This record gives sequence, C-alpha cells and structure tokens, in this order.
Amino acid sequence: MTDFNIMVGGEAGQGVQSVGAIIAKTLARGDCHIFADQDYESRVRGGHNFFRIRASTRETGAVSEELDLLVALNSETIDIHKKEVKSDGLIIHDGETTQARISKTKGLDVPLIKLARDAAGNRLMANTVSVGAIFGLLDYNFEIIESILTKEFTRQGQKIIDDNIKAARAGYDHARKNGRSKTLPEIRLTSRKRAKILLNGNEAISLGALAAGCKLIAGYPMTPASSIMEYIAGKEKEYDVAAVHVEDEIAAINMAVGAGYAGIRSMVATSGGGFSLMVEGLALAGMTETPVVIVLGQRPGPATGLPTRTEQGELWYALHAGHGEFPRAVLSPSNAKEAFYAIVKAFNLAEKYQTPVIVLTDHHLATSYATVDRFDLRRVKIERGDTVSPTKIGEARSYRRHAVTDSGISPRALPGLTKALVVTDSDEHDEAGHMIEDAATRIEQDLKRLRKLDGLRKEIGPPVIKEAPKADATLIGWGSTGGAIEEAAAIFQKDGKAVSTIHFNEIWPFPADEVKAVFEKSGKTVVIESNATAQLAGLIRRETGKKVDHTILKYDGRPFSPKYIISHLKGVL
Amino acid sequence: MVVPKDYESDVEIAWCPGCGNFGILQAVKKALVEMKLEPHRLLFVSGIGQGPKLPHYTRGNVFNGLHGRTIPAATGARLANHELTVIGIDGDGGAYGEGLNHLLAAMRRNINMTYLVHNNQVYGLTKGQASPTSDAGFITKTTPLGAILPVNPLALALASDVSFLARGFSGDVEHLASLIKAGVKHRGFALIDILQPCVSFNRQNTFKWYRDRVYRVEDEGYDPTDKAAATAKAQEWGDRIPTGIIYRQERPVYEEQIPALKKKPLVRQPINPSQFEALLDEFA
Ligand SMILES: Cc1ncc(C[n+]2csc(CCOP(=O)(O)OP(=O)(O)O)c2C)c(N)n1
Repeated sequence: MTDFNIMVGGEAGQGVQSVGAIIAKTLARGDCHIFADQDYESRVRGGHNFFRIRASTRETGAVSEELDLLVALNSETIDIHKKEVKSDGLIIHDGETTQARISKTKGLDVPLIKLARDAAGNRLMANTVSVGAIFGLLDYNFEIIESILTKEFTRQGQKIIDDNIKAARAGYDHARKNGRSKTLPEIRLTSRKRAKILLNGNEAISLGALAAGCKLIAGYPMTPASSIMEYIAGKEKEYDVAAVHVEDEIAAINMAVGAGYAGIRSMVATSGGGFSLMVEGLALAGMTETPVVIVLGQRPGPATGLPTRTEQGELWYALHAGHGEFPRAVLSPSNAKEAFYAIVKAFNLAEKYQTPVIVLTDHHLATSYATVDRFDLRRVKIERGDTVSPTKIGEARSYRRHAVTDSGISPRALPGLTKALVVTDSDEHDEAGHMIEDAATRIEQDLKRLRKLDGLRKEIGPPVIKEAPKADATLIGWGSTGGAIEEAAAIFQKDGKAVSTIHFNEIWPFPADEVKAVFEKSGKTVVIESNATAQLAGLIRRETGKKVDHTILKYDGRPFSPKYIISHLKGVL
Repeated sequence: MVVPKDYESDVEIAWCPGCGNFGILQAVKKALVEMKLEPHRLLFVSGIGQGPKLPHYTRGNVFNGLHGRTIPAATGARLANHELTVIGIDGDGGAYGEGLNHLLAAMRRNINMTYLVHNNQVYGLTKGQASPTSDAGFITKTTPLGAILPVNPLALALASDVSFLARGFSGDVEHLASLIKAGVKHRGFALIDILQPCVSFNRQNTFKWYRDRVYRVEDEGYDPTDKAAATAKAQEWGDRIPTGIIYRQERPVYEEQIPALKKKPLVRQPINPSQFEALLDEFA
C-alpha cells in the first residue's frame, strides 16, 4: 500500500487553502484516494494555517500525522511541523523567507518568490511555484497540473491562468533539477476514466440539496456552514433555486418554514450559535407540521467557542432543542458521500413526516475533502409524502390540514394550488388548523404528531456494524470520526486483535434494538467522540440500558487521527 | 363571484367587546370582497397577539406563526408561490418590538406583501404591558416608572425607503378598507399602521381620543409621492394625527429580481435530480 502525505503551511493570506486544494485536485486525477483537511484560525491575515493532503491506494477517511512532504511558506510552519516529517521525508521551503538551515537530505530550498517574480512577474504566485515543485519531485505529468490550474483560474482570465502555469512550471523544473525525486507510480495517473470526484462535506451537502429539489436556502453566514449557502447562491442564475441572505437566523428558519408551508423544499444551514436562534422556529415547524431541513455544522462551543475548529458537542442539543415535544429525525453522516445521500433523505423524511429533520455535521466533515465515486443522480429518489391531489379536492370546503390519522400524517394540500384552504397555527389547533383551548383536542393533536415517530423509527437505518468474530473490543462512534475509527480498527486487526466497529450515521430515532444485539458479543466497548461529556455513550445508556466500558474523548478542537485513537486504545485493550 | 359570505368564518371571536380589532376585521373583509379576491388565492400570515388572531375570523389560507416572525414566514411563502396574495398581520408588539429587524429588512427587500399592524400602543394578549409605541411615561405593570420614548413607525419606514406607507384608523372602516385595497394592489411592500383603541388596557388612547385628532391627508391636497412632505407628516402626532397614504413609490420588487421565479412559481416547478449532472464535473 502506498500512503503519501503532503502538508502546506503558512499564514492566513498566503494562499495555503488554495494551494492545498490545487494539490488535492491534481492528485485526485490519479487513481488514488484522497483525503484532505484544513486547519485555520479565525482571522483573515497572519496566524498559522495548514492544509494536509493524503493520497493513498486504499480508501481512507482520516488524516495522517506522518508527512512525506512539508511545504513551508513561512518559518513557523517548519518549527511547528518538522517533528511530523518522516525520516525519509522532505521539507520544501524558500530559504530567503524562512532563513532556516536544513540539511540537503531533509530539505529542498526552492527560491519560491524569486522564481515567481522571474517566471510570472508576480511574487504573489510563490505558492503556485511550490505546487510545481511538489509535482516536479513526484515526476508527475505536468499537463495535469496545467489543466487543473486552468480550471481553477478560469474566472480570472487567460493572463492569470498563463502566469500561474508559468510559475508552476518554474517550480516543477527547479525541483526536477535540484531535488531528489520520489517516484510513486501508484499515485500517478494511469487511466483517464475519472470515475471519482473530489469534494468536501459542505459541497456534497450543497449538491445533494440541489439534487433533492431544494428550491430555497435562507441563511446568515457562520463557520462552518457558510459555504453551503455560498455554493447554492452561486447557482441561482443557472438553476431554479433561491438563496436569501437574511437579517438573522431567526428570519432564516421562519422563512424556510414559510416556504415549506407553501410547498417547496427549503433549508437552512448554520452552526450552534445560529441554531440557537433558530430553536423557536424548529418548534414552530414541529407544531405546524411543516417540512424543513436544518444543517447543523458543529464547532466547539459554548458561545462563540473556537469558530474554525471541530467538535461533536451538540448531539444532545440536536436531539432535544425546541420547546415542547414533537417528532424529528437527526442524521449524522460520517463522510462526504454519506452527506450527499443524507441530505436527500432528510428532504424526503421532512416531507413524508411533515416535521423538521436535522443533518448534524461538524467542521471536520464540512471542510475536509475526499474522493468519492461520482454520485449517481438516478439513484436520488424523491419522495414527497402524502399529498392531496388538486383534482380530488375539488371544491373542498372541508379540508382539514391536521386531520387525525393512524400514522399521524395528515394528507397535505398546498395553499393556492387547490381550492382547499390550508390553515395552521403555532397555537395548539384543531384538525382544521384553528386555535383551540380544550383538553380533548389538545391530547388528540399532540398524540397525532408524536405518532409520526413510529413511522420515522422504521426509516432510520441501523448503524454501520462491522463485526469481528469473537471481538476483543468494539469501537463505537458517530459522524465525522468514522474514517479515523475505521482505520484504527484495521490496524489493530492486523496486529491480531479482533476489533468490531459500530458507527451511527443516522442517530434519531435511535436504532436501539440493533445496538443491543451487538452489545451481546462486543468484547470491551469503547465510545470515541469529539466532546468532553461522552454524549453518545450517554445516549446509548439511556436508550438501551447498556453502559459502555471506556470512552476516548477529544475536545481540543482538532480531529481524531487513527494514530491518536491507537495510542489511547493501548491502555484499554 | 366573490360574496361577503366567502369571508365569513364560524370560529368564535376571542376579542373584548368594543375592541378596535372589530373595525379592522370589517375593513379587511370589505376590501377583499371588493377586490373580488377568492379566499384560496389569499394567504394570511400572522404572529401572536390579539390582533394576529384575525385570520381565524375570516377565510383564506392561514399560517399563524410565532410572535414577531410574521414577515420572514410570509417572505418564504411568497418566494415559494408568488401567485399568492399575502397579507401579514401583527400587533405593535410583534411588528415594532419582537420583529423589528424583519420589518426593516422587508422594507429594504421590497417583498410584495401587505403588512397590517394593529397598533393599540400596548400589549393586549399578555394583558397590558407597555409596547414600543406606548407614549413616553405610560405606566404599566412592567413600566411602573413610565415607558421609554416610543418608536415612530412611519419615520422608521421612510428611513428604510419603504415603497408604500399608510396609516388607518379602526374607527373609520370605509377609509381603512380603501387603504388596504391600495396596499394590496401596490407592487412591493406595503406597511399599513392602524390606530386601534384597546378598550381593556389603554385608557389613554381611546376611540374618542383618536376621533378628536385624526384627519385624512387626502382631504388637504397632500401628495404621497413627495418624500420630503412624507418625512414631515411622519412627525405629526398630538393634536392632529394624519391618516391616509403617507408615501408611495415604485421600486423594484424583490421576487422579480430572483431568476428562478421568472418562469413560474417555485412550487410549480418540477424536481429533476439529473439536471445537476453538469455540476458534478466541477469536482471531477
Ligand atoms: C417569543 C415570545 N415572547 C413573548 C410572547 C408572549 N406574547 C404574546 S403576544 C405578546 C405581545 C402582544 O402585543 P402586540 O404584539 O402589540 O399584540 P396585541 O395583543 O396587542 O394585539 C407577547 C409579549 C410570545 N408568544 N412569544
């Protein structure tokens, strides 16, 4: 197996993110799997940022902490990360900027700024020179780099494209002449079929939402959710979708609910702080039985917390937010592929059960890139639930929006599309939607709404269970930690330990029965999650009565790596 | 054919006898019948308060949402189906207190809806606390030391370049109905502030108090397209209180600027996942 890791580091404003994305996209043209994540501070200039790219011949969903190449755009990057460089790894830097003295065997001094100035007449393209240098060392096909740069800079015109290509070429040639090349045929392009795409969790969610027929996103920017609305807004001119940058998150949720009531698929995307402002609106959707999809991209809290970092501290919040009792579903995809299908499912469940559905992600999933098989849009099934056909309703003066049924689902008519009047209220209401005070109607409507949970429960898939016979241990997680846990388990298996995994990518209503069954033969149970209070472990206890044996918790705002999990598991197993 | 019966509801009315809301209800029904608008083409969106219960007492589609959140819900519904005629209803608490941020945004956006504010200068439903439009010094259970300075909704609206602004009086149903009709016909956001006596909690601003003071601006040769004149009118309060259309202008309507709404309402547009195939190429 080949596993090759590159890190680009520098300060905000040096283009770390764009260089990282170009490297990842270039490598993704090969036949390998890519996983890339980014680490940045809540600031626009300065500080320390890095972008890690992992290219592997095996499918991977986690970061690695062992670097083959470190591209240091400033000296701080070397100080912080040199210990992560493997013994045969290499640091690419511009000696003039970093003033670092690194031996020839450990470092390659590329005059990034000088080459950028000479080749492209623009010192700002030093970072593109570094891209060239990397691929020069890898002896990669330069045409691919050219095509990626062309695509990246199309909007900025031919001159910028040409200059970037010149800058990359200069770095490429310099590295081939002066560096010790590292030929890795496995990660080079061998076929041209391009069956894979490279995207991050938010891009997958945006695409999934569009494919699912989302026609309105209302939002207020907040990391790590902003790029969802930004992506969809970028498509407003070409596709039939509206993106509204609203005055606050309260407006966002109420607008999405208003649109859902009027019959279109609508969504909001935010982080914990914005979600807090939306919570009253969440209950409104529950009470008025209006479909709405909410993407909650977690970051460390409380309050503003660590805005550009990751955490899974809002599981319980997502399950319980909202005053009063009403049904909901919570999906917790673990990677970009699952995120795409999760948002599609969220729209279907929201309309079938006429209630809010939360897609719970986090900064790590939202911003990490991964190669996935190109989504098959024919597999996107649209289920709009029980609706009243315009012909059937005719003159219906008697339509009752909240008619009591066994399933709890009242057939939906849409305002203005038939003669039926669609009446609903955030006050408790009768079947016709008018506000009431009497106890009997209250009980009837409350139970009707809650009965929808029975149907929802059947829709939620079991966790992903990978059972090892006679397991010594079972590692349990949810959401974005899936890749790291999986890889850690595989490494333990190789060492001769029998390790099972259970991963929750759909978490509410909780699939308790399946979990109980696995617990019977699990060995030691270890819950691994990115929070300090072991929220999944608590949920399992509450829903199944089972107490897990150990927890590995991480709440420093940084994602889990397989290595981290292994080092903490050693004490347990 | 639209007849008065189309707008009669059999839901029991929960307002106090003699409440100013009755006049508003009458005016709304009169306007709708006179405009020959069928109830199923109409959407009432309202918040929480005594005034916002109005939609239940007539007929139409109704989304009775949260206190202060009428405008975003109405905006969402308009974006989903801009063939609906949308009327928003709130009290002064919901409109100028809890939901003020939404009102300012809606006026800037110029979403095409009519917003009726039942302005009784007090919180009715929660039983008599000061509202954002209560007179300065107004003593209530929550303001035993007297209310702070009131907001001036007309001046606020003009500062936000509102496209239609009127003030009505619930004691003058005929005139109010004509204002509602003008507001609904206006293309863009129409704010109609309605002076509404509260017989239970506001002993200061009574029917008589208003009757002695209100006049119709149109009786005095007023030009509602003159913004400077409107700005001056907005400051008039006290011995003489202006009613009528205070300001009117043509401004681009928000819905018309959204490309997706050009063909037909979003709610009538099909869902077709495979149309997005080309977007996947961006990531290849
Ligand atoms: C978030 C929220 N806060 C407070 C309330 C309680 N509440 C309901 S109506 C209202 C104010 C009523 O005054 P106004 O909006 O002027 O309407 P009126 O009853 O006078 O017609 C308040 C404070 C609520 N329902 N929701």
